[in-house]
This record gives sequence, structure tokens and C-alpha cells, in this order.
Amino acid sequence: MESPRPPIVVIKDLNKSYRRGSQIIPVLNNISFDIDDGEFLALMGPSGSGKSTLLNLIAGIDKPDSGAISVGGIDITSLSEAELARWRASNVGFIFQFYNLIPVLTAFENIELPLLLTPLSRKERREHVEMALHMVNLSDRMDHYPGQLSGGQQQRVAIARAIVPDPAILVADEPTGDLDKVSARDILELMERLVHELGKTIIMVTHDPRAAEKAHVVRNLDKGVLNNVHT
Amino acid sequence: MFILKFLIRNALRHKLRTSLTVIGIAIAIVAFGLLRTLVGVWYSGAEHSSASRLVTRNAISLIFPLPLSYKDRIRQIQGVKAVSYGNWFGGIYIDEKNFFANYAVEPKSYLDLYPEIVLPADQKAAFIRDRKGCIVGRKLADRYGWKVGDMITLRGSIFPGQWEFVLQGIYHGAEKSTEERVMFFHWNYLNETLKKTAPRRADQVGFYMIGITTPDLTAEVALTVDRMFRNSLAETLTETERAFQLGFIAMTEAIVIAIQIVSYVVIVIIMIVAANTMAMTARERITEYATMKTLGFGARHIAGIVFGESVFIAMIGGTLGALLTFPGARWIETELSQYFPSFSVAPATVYLELLAACLIGVVAAVFPTWRGATIRIAEGLRRIG
Amino acid sequence: MGIPYSYSIRNLWTRRLTTVLTASGMALVVFVFSATLMLAEGLEKTLVDTGSYDNAIVIRKSANSEVQSGVERLQASIIGSQPEVAFGENGQPLLAKELVVLINIPKRGTNKPANVVIRGISASSLLLRPQVKLMEGRMPRPGSAEVVAGKSIAQRFQGGGMGETVRFGMRDWIVVGVFDAGNTGFSSEIWGDVDQLMQAFRRPVYSSVIFKLRDSSSFEEFKTRIESDPRLTLETKRETRYYQDQSEMMAKFLRILGITLTVVFSLGAVIGAMITMYAAVAQRMTEIGTLRALGFLKGSILAAFVLESLFLGLLGGSAGLFFASFMQFITISTMNWQTFAELAFSFTLTVDIAFKSLAFSVLMGFVGGFLPALRAAKMNIVEALRAG
Repeated sequence: MESPRPPIVVIKDLNKSYRRGSQIIPVLNNISFDIDDGEFLALMGPSGSGKSTLLNLIAGIDKPDSGAISVGGIDITSLSEAELARWRASNVGFIFQFYNLIPVLTAFENIELPLLLTPLSRKERREHVEMALHMVNLSDRMDHYPGQLSGGQQQRVAIARAIVPDPAILVADEPTGDLDKVSARDILELMERLVHELGKTIIMVTHDPRAAEKAHVVRNLDKGVLNNVHT
Repeated sequence: MFILKFLIRNALRHKLRTSLTVIGIAIAIVAFGLLRTLVGVWYSGAEHSSASRLVTRNAISLIFPLPLSYKDRIRQIQGVKAVSYGNWFGGIYIDEKNFFANYAVEPKSYLDLYPEIVLPADQKAAFIRDRKGCIVGRKLADRYGWKVGDMITLRGSIFPGQWEFVLQGIYHGAEKSTEERVMFFHWNYLNETLKKTAPRRADQVGFYMIGITTPDLTAEVALTVDRMFRNSLAETLTETERAFQLGFIAMTEAIVIAIQIVSYVVIVIIMIVAANTMAMTARERITEYATMKTLGFGARHIAGIVFGESVFIAMIGGTLGALLTFPGARWIETELSQYFPSFSVAPATVYLELLAACLIGVVAAVFPTWRGATIRIAEGLRRIG
Repeated sequence: MGIPYSYSIRNLWTRRLTTVLTASGMALVVFVFSATLMLAEGLEKTLVDTGSYDNAIVIRKSANSEVQSGVERLQASIIGSQPEVAFGENGQPLLAKELVVLINIPKRGTNKPANVVIRGISASSLLLRPQVKLMEGRMPRPGSAEVVAGKSIAQRFQGGGMGETVRFGMRDWIVVGVFDAGNTGFSSEIWGDVDQLMQAFRRPVYSSVIFKLRDSSSFEEFKTRIESDPRLTLETKRETRYYQDQSEMMAKFLRILGITLTVVFSLGAVIGAMITMYAAVAQRMTEIGTLRALGFLKGSILAAFVLESLFLGLLGGSAGLFFASFMQFITISTMNWQTFAELAFSFTLTVDIAFKSLAFSVLMGFVGGFLPALRAAKMNIVEALRAG
């Protein structure tokens, strides 16, 4: 799919290695590519290929050894920790394999969490949260704790939390990894709707071929090197 | 407020763990408070003694007496308003376990020097009239159920024999802190008896109490008295009542210091336990902290959450401990009365207890806070399952 | 088949920080526990060793100590003529009439005064106390203003050292010797000629009469006779018993204080152990489920976790005991409440105390670990496997 708008994520010559004890293990090797605005990207590849690392770098929760990443026109590799935190709050939405909801907060409160960092009033926050809940079809469960929700419902809460600050990009790390077939399908459909109805850009790391089917673009990562497959 | 709500819910996550920690802290705080009170009781004698009354005793040591003849010579020193005298009697009431102080004193002058001993006028008159009379403090009377008119018998240890007294009055202290567990009787009764049974020991006093006209003359008068009797048969040592008491306490200082140290040790022990708890809790929640960081919360926020929970739990334990200190003190007062007839908790102790609890909460949180706040997000997220 | 104990030990090693923290808490508790017992033991030992079982001491009736006591010359002579008195090699009775008073001497360094015992001795006094050995110098000459000082006095008090001078009774007294009485109360005393001291203090009566029993078992007979004699207002005890009574109040106080504190502390440590073990169980749920699925019995699980907790206690207890043993280098010097006299004693570690301390720490481990271990053992296998 082509779009006349400029790419929302531009990655150039990205390198990253990890140190384990005294060894240095290279993970990403001179990666360069673009992600278009409104694109639904699936990153696939074998275990240890560096997909999650790449995702973390794009999302600004990790820093590369060398190279540049720009998201929405901002070069995030030059931001400090504090600036990155502020940037993340309004620009990135996270969806994790194990949902990562705060167990002592209700669905409503979990979704509200990112908004506490904004200057919105209580009433305004409530409006946003209810809209997000509506979007993921969980308005009737807003006062339930994660322990009282099924896997699929928890993931939907997580997605609502991810979209409530209206971020530029959504990153998802194995979003269907812990779900049964039916719930997985629901989540993927929801993600599709986010792309089509809200014009969100989604970057998803996955093993699941059914998930890949829903994506617009699929890229393979193997031993830190990117290949391309288009759908 | 969100933070408070969050803290409370987090604390209630592991009800068992939180309750155990709270109980542990409460116990430690009670022990701390009671030990501090013990130290306070030790020094209380000195604190409430006067800095404007002087005690004169034999310079060699307390067990040597002074001649009665010194009285008139002391009386004539400039600056001396009044002189009284007496002996530590050391009598035993039935059993060594029933320990209380008893003195033979010159009644009129002694009571004049001690306005804080308050006695109804008729009882005072009766006591002064009756050579075999005695007065006791209210707490002592309550302890043994004595009433005016009762006969009290003491077995002498320093002055042997069975000594009988008639209770003529029960005094109470002018202030809350005044000693109310002492018995006083006539010095003349002791002396007249000694003249008959052990004449060599008669006409001798254990100490002189001196009242000064103005407080700034204390040092001068003390020196004058001692100078007057230097190189005589019984040299004197004169100091303020407070200095005298402090000197006494200093002799058992080692024990008091040990108790003070122990009171801090108890806090350290519970700090270790609390630190362990917080470390475990924080470790279990690393992923949550990492998640919140991904959402944009900073190290500052995470620190606040960890610190907040720790201090919150610690303060609950501290408050519980502070409340329990009072019944604990009362138990000591009744059960261990032979060692501690008076054991009341000062307000300062309560503040100190709460402060200690706060400190426990803070220290216990230091390491987990540092860990949680500085965790690299990617690492924290990876620690799932 | 049981779970090998290396499982328990290795698990402690894996969670090192928690193990160290919990064990430290217990170590501190055991430290206080053993230190207190050592202190009371040291106090009692000092005073008990101070006397000999075969010596009898005679003081005035109802006097609680020699200081309060007064024995008239006539009464002392009567005691001297009793058949129970043993005789020495040179035919002299092994009996000493002594004077005991307290004087105030400032300590070296702090200048704070303390009450020191001065004992007027006679010829047989040294013979009656075989624990006392002259270290330096000589015994005072009768009729002279000379004294000998116990080691503790020479070290701690101004003017108490060899060749120095102590002033009291309007005279200066030269220290011509220092004696070593081991850990006994005598080390905190100054001795001089009894007649000289009686003169100096203007005391015409003795404080006590001490003699060696010719036949140790004849003491009771002696006691009955003396105490029922209306002429004599005296009482007698075996020397060991006399000194033991002197420390009774203080030793009791130290013990009560120590035990109470330790019980309170131990609650804290036990709670710490409980929290740790509960967390350990929670963290290893899958592991436990796996072990059960493999066929290990509930009892084995219980034993393994209890064992872990016992090791924790033992670790803490050993550390605490180890550090407490260093307290033996410290000497406490304080005033004995019953006698008002200065007393120096040190912490004494005995096998009994060491054993009690370790047993206590293991007990703490057991109490702290039992309930969590029970939870581990009763876990439902399926739920456990599904967790985490």
C-alpha cells in the first residue's frame, strides 16, 4: 500500500549488541528501513533474531549502539532518558504478550494510568477512558480487576491503555502469544480496526502466521539482518 | 488521591506478608519505647532533684557518718537558710523483695526543706509530735494498703533489731514527678535507741541537707562547708542534690549504656526484616515498574511508589506499636514493681517511636527503590514468568 | 525417598540477598541472647569464685553485706574459739578478723568516682584465699600505712597502681603490691592491715570473721549453734553462698532483662524468617508442583522446606554466636546494687551458653519456617504447575 504522506518511522544503519558477562553478542546488524504512516507491519523471524530488540529500539525503551531512528520526525536516539519518557507517554502505545496490567488497578484505572501524566482534568480523563473502553468493547467490565478477566479481555484492556493517549505508533510484542484461537482472532480483528478506522500505525512482532496474514507488510529478521516479504 | 489508593492496594496485595511486617515493626517499636522508658526511669531520680539544695556527706564514702555537732557550724555559714539531717536506714519490710527507701530525718526541718512533700496539716502535726511516728508516700501506702494509724515494722539491716512505727501521715508529691514511695521517721527515735543499745553509734548523721538563700550561692556555700571541715575527724563532701544523684547513677552507667545500645539494636533488627520484605516485594514487581516506565512514568514516580509503600506499612506498624507501649508499661509497673515501681511513658518517647518507624520505612526502601527506579526497561520487561 | 538436603542448601545460596538479610536478623537476636547470658554468667562466676566452699563467713545478723555489718571484738573472739576452726601448718588458727569499708576513688581517665572496697586483713587472710596471688611487690607491713591493690583497682583507679598513693582517713597510703585474684571480686579491692585501718576510720569493731572449716560438713552444726546463741547477734554463711547472694539481685535483673528482650527480638526474627519462607514457597510453586508430580511425598516437601529454614536459623545463630564470643574481651565495671561496691566482671562464654544459643536459633528457624513449609506441602499439584 502506498501513501503520499512521509514515512512515520525512519531507521538508518541501526546496530545493537548485548553484553553477557564478558562476551559481546551482536543482535542487529546495520538495519535500515522505513515504516509508512498507517502501516500494519509484522516483524517475523526465528527466536533470538532480534525482533523484540528492534521493537524496543523503535519504541524508545532501549538505545542503539549506533544508527538513527526517527519517529514522527523526531530523532529519538538523541533524546535523554527523561525526554524519552515524556516522548513515550504521548507517542507510543505498548501491547505486551503477557498484557502487563497492574493487578491492583481496575480495568478503568489501568487504562487511565498513562493519562495521569497529562494535564487533563478528572472529567476529561474519564471521557477518554470510556471512549477507549468502547473502542475495545469492554465498557461493561470497567470496574473489574485483571484477575477477574480472561486472557483475551485483559489484552483488550491493554490495547485500550495503549491507544488512550492517542499515540503516533502502536508497538505489539507477540500480542496473541498467550491467547487461545478465538481470543487471538478477536484481538487481531481489533488491531485491524485500529489501523483502518483510526489510521494507527502498528508494528507487531509475532510468531503467529495468522497474525502475519492480517498485516500489510511482513519483514523477516534473521540473525540481525532484514529481509523483505510483501503481502 | 491516586498515589494513596495505589499504595493501600499494593500493601493489601499480600495480606499475610503485610500483616507479619506490621506486627514485627509494632513489636520492635514497643520494645524500643519500653527500653527508652527504662533509661528514662534510671535518670529520673536525678532529673527531678533540686539544684538549689545541697547534700553534705562524709568525704570518704557514704557509709561513714558525720558528727551531729556539725549542724550548728553549718547553720552559721553565710548563705545557708536552713539545715536538716538524717540517715539512710535501709530497713526491710518483711522481705528483701519489698524494697523501698526509708530514712530517719529531723522531721520539721526536713519537711521545710522539701516543700514538694505535701502533707495535710493535721497529719504533719501528728507526725512531728509522735517520736515513733512515720510518714509514707501515697504510692507506697497504696501498694501495701496502709492507713493512718497502722503499725509498720521494719527489720533493721544497718541498725539491727525490729523497729516499730506508727503511720501518722500519707504524703503526696506536689508535682507528678515527685517521689511518692519513701518512708520517713524521726531521727531522734533512731538516736535515742542507739544511745541505749550501741552508744558508740549515737549522735551521728548520715547526711546533712542544706537550703540556700539564693541559688547562685550554691557553689560558694558548698566550698565553704568542705573547707570548714577539712583536716578534721570527718571531712565532708558537699554537692548539689542533683550532682549527688547523678554521681550515683554514673556508678551503674555501664548497664544503662548497654540498655541504650540494645534499644537501637532492636530497631536495626526490624529494619533488616523490613528491608528484606521490601526487597522481595520489589523484585516481584519489577515487570510492573518496567511497564509503568514504558508508559512514560519516570524514575521519580517509581521511587515514590516503593518508598511510599514502605513508609506506609512502617507507620502503621509504628502507630500500633506506640499504642501498645502504654499497656506494656503498665504491665511492667505491676508485675515488675520491685525493680520498677514507676514506669510511665513520656510523650517524647512516643514521638521518638514514630520517628523510628518512619526511619525503618525509609531505610528498608532504599535498596529496592534504587533497583526499581534504575531498572532498564527492556531488562525489566524480560523478567516475565 | 526424601529430597536431598543439598536442595535446601542450594536454594539458600541462590537467593543470597534474602538469605543474608534473614540470617542477619537472626544473628543479631542470637548475639543479644548469648551476650546477656554471658554477662549474667560472668557476674555470677566472678562472685562465686570469690569464695571457697570450705570457708565460713560470720557477719552481724540481718546485715546484707560486710559493709553493713559490725562484729564486736568480744564476739569475734568467741568465734575464734569455736571447735570448727581449722588450724594451719604453724599451729595458728586459719581465721581472719576483717574490716570492710567503702571509699570513694576517682577512676583513671573519666575522673568519675566509684565506691571501692577497702579490706583490713590479718595474718591468715591471704591463706584463706588461695585464689589470690601476689603479682608485684609485697604484702603491707603490720603497723605501716601500706596497702596492696587488686589488679582491677591498679588498672582503673587513680593512685591504685604500684608505688602510687591513695588518700583516705586523713593519711596517705602507699601501694606496695598488686595482687591478682583472677576474675573474682577481690580484684576490685584494696587490702591493708586491719588494725591500722580500724584506727584510721575510727571503727572499733570488725566487719566480719572468716575462717576455714576443719571439717567442711560441720558447717550446719556451727551455724545452728552460732545463730541461736542469744549473746551473739550474728549469722553465718559459707563463703561461696555469701558471695552468690551478693550478686543475686543483679544477676536476676540481667537475666530477666536479657530473656525478655530476646523473646521480643526473636519474634521479630521469626517474622522475618516467615516472610522469607512464604515468599520462597510462592516463588517456587511450579518447582514444587513438578516435584510432587514426579512422585515425591508431601512429607518430603515439608521436610525440605523446614530444613531450609533450620539451616537459615543455624547460619544466623552461628554468626551471632561467633560475634558474641568476641565480647569476652570486654570487661564491665559497675556498682553492685546490693553492696554498693564497685565490681568488675566480664562476659563468660560456656559450652552450655553456646549450645543454648544455637538451639535457640534453630528453634527460631523452625518456628518461622513451619507454616510456610506446610503450605508448600499441601499445595494442589495441578494448580502449582499452572502457576508462574
